[in-house]
Amino acid sequence: MINFDTKRYARRKFINALTLTLSVLTVAFALMFLIWILWTLFSQGLSHLSLGVFTKMTPPPGSDGGLLNAIVGSLYMVVFATLIGTPVGILAGTYLAEYGKSGWLAPTTRFVNDILLSAPSIVIGLFVYEVAVHTVGHFSGWAGSFALSLLVIPVVVRTTENMMTLVPSTLREAASALGAPYWKVIVNVVYKSARTGILTGLLLAVARISGETAPLLFTALNNQFWSTDLGKPIASLAVVIFQFAMSPYEDWQHLAWAGALLITLFVLGLNILARTLFRQNQSQH
Amino acid sequence: MSTASQTTNMGAKLDKLFRNTTMVFAFLVFVLLFGIIATLFIGSLPALKAFGPAFFTSAEWNPVTIDFGGLVPIYGTFVTALIAMLIGVPVSFGIAIFITELSPNWLKRPIGVAIELLAGIPSIIYGMWGLFVFAPLFADHVQPWINDNLGELPVVGVVFQGPPMGIGMLTAGFILAIMVIPFTASVMRDVFEIVPNMLKESAYGLGSTTWEVVWNVVLPYTKTGVIGGIMLGLGRALGETMAVTFVIGNAHELSSSLMMPGNTISSALANEFTEAVGDVYSSSLITLGLTLFVITFIVLSLAKLLLIRLSMREGKQS
Repeated sequence: MINFDTKRYARRKFINALTLTLSVLTVAFALMFLIWILWTLFSQGLSHLSLGVFTKMTPPPGSDGGLLNAIVGSLYMVVFATLIGTPVGILAGTYLAEYGKSGWLAPTTRFVNDILLSAPSIVIGLFVYEVAVHTVGHFSGWAGSFALSLLVIPVVVRTTENMMTLVPSTLREAASALGAPYWKVIVNVVYKSARTGILTGLLLAVARISGETAPLLFTALNNQFWSTDLGKPIASLAVVIFQFAMSPYEDWQHLAWAGALLITLFVLGLNILARTLFRQNQSQH
Repeated sequence: MSTASQTTNMGAKLDKLFRNTTMVFAFLVFVLLFGIIATLFIGSLPALKAFGPAFFTSAEWNPVTIDFGGLVPIYGTFVTALIAMLIGVPVSFGIAIFITELSPNWLKRPIGVAIELLAGIPSIIYGMWGLFVFAPLFADHVQPWINDNLGELPVVGVVFQGPPMGIGMLTAGFILAIMVIPFTASVMRDVFEIVPNMLKESAYGLGSTTWEVVWNVVLPYTKTGVIGGIMLGLGRALGETMAVTFVIGNAHELSSSLMMPGNTISSALANEFTEAVGDVYSSSLITLGLTLFVITFIVLSLAKLLLIRLSMREGKQS
């Protein structure tokens, strides 16, 4: 009997040790890929990063060039997408947080928004193609911005709502007791105290769209030349990286690595900035 | 007196205006989803008219004879997502256990940040890395081994037989797994953390090992949340585009081997949509897009409902 128990005890201990070791290994597995990918990016990207990348246009294969038009095109579209998406997202988020206690619209919108948050971005691109490219007859930077703005909106809605519900209702009551109408309470009190949180969401949204390629493929398309006209096809860093990396030309692939490093540094930098902002904000409360 | 009542009137009006404005925008978000579905449905009508329901069962993809069927990309989408889940779910589970049960406090933050970084890397970077770094290594070292050892197995062996090219459905599924790990792991971590300490401590007090606590206490308690997290990851894996496009090989051929190049809905769209000539061709691609959207819609809705159910139960108990 005692013999049986020790055997059983040993088995339980063994299973425990085995599974916990596996658990540590899974963490090592994930970290290994993070380090591997970043290491590849830095070693490949840094060796092909030069001043020319920032000052020259995307070249035809076989000649010298940079990524200037792609970087500028990306900046344009990201800026306009953010300008379009932010007000829509903040106002919709405000409704969910402040007026969403009753009625059917708020819960369903919340649900729909969470679906949009994870919806495949290529389908968003397809939708914008049908709405803003097919009907007009040509690809354009505006269509690209529009597609990106549709990715900004769910992120902003979500964070705005979350951050506004975190604002203590005593603050609202205090402002209302002073006779402020509700809209003033929201604008002057709730927005103000949720400011950092909303900004965090905005940064995360910008980080998300900066690396997006799929929704731009058939909206903004690409442009080999310098263009800041959003009414026409426009280059973007992500699409250029895709095109160059898939090409058989080595100098194009080198530029793609340089661009990949830039885009990753930008996106990860924004992510880290957003999270530090958020944590500082949290610790203040 | 009259000015005072005027200002309150004004205030009430502005209040109503503000409320209605925010409501319009909330409604806009709500309508967007149906706008997407309706637009894609209209776009897919020419293909649906031409092929009918057979579109979903035909493996034909021929732009010359204008004969299209969605079976290959739909199959590829499910197979790559399935591979991603088979690898990604156990790994995410392990990471979540490590963070909630094993890790010393000082290590929790750095590991959390590292996982967040993994989620932050743009998918096109995964694709490039997959194509230039991972695929060659995979072809040289892993695929020959799989061929020799798993390819000989009866019945399932055929799945693992194929030329070691590096690219293909297995590679795509593997890279997808790495991409969904951060999402699934962070949901699992979050739901593991809501398990009341008292429950865990009771089990420890009875002499359970850490694994027994996780398996018999934590997991049953958070079952719905864990499944919700898995579905969320599945939704991501099904719709992921760029990383897959780089490594899947873009071949419209149905193959029983995972080593062979294939196609997913999203990679077919990324590769072919701008070059699609003619109504039926582009409409067929839009039909695929609609299919993808409907599939992810269902998966994500289930994920959402399960997570809501867990948080409701959580609310009742606390």
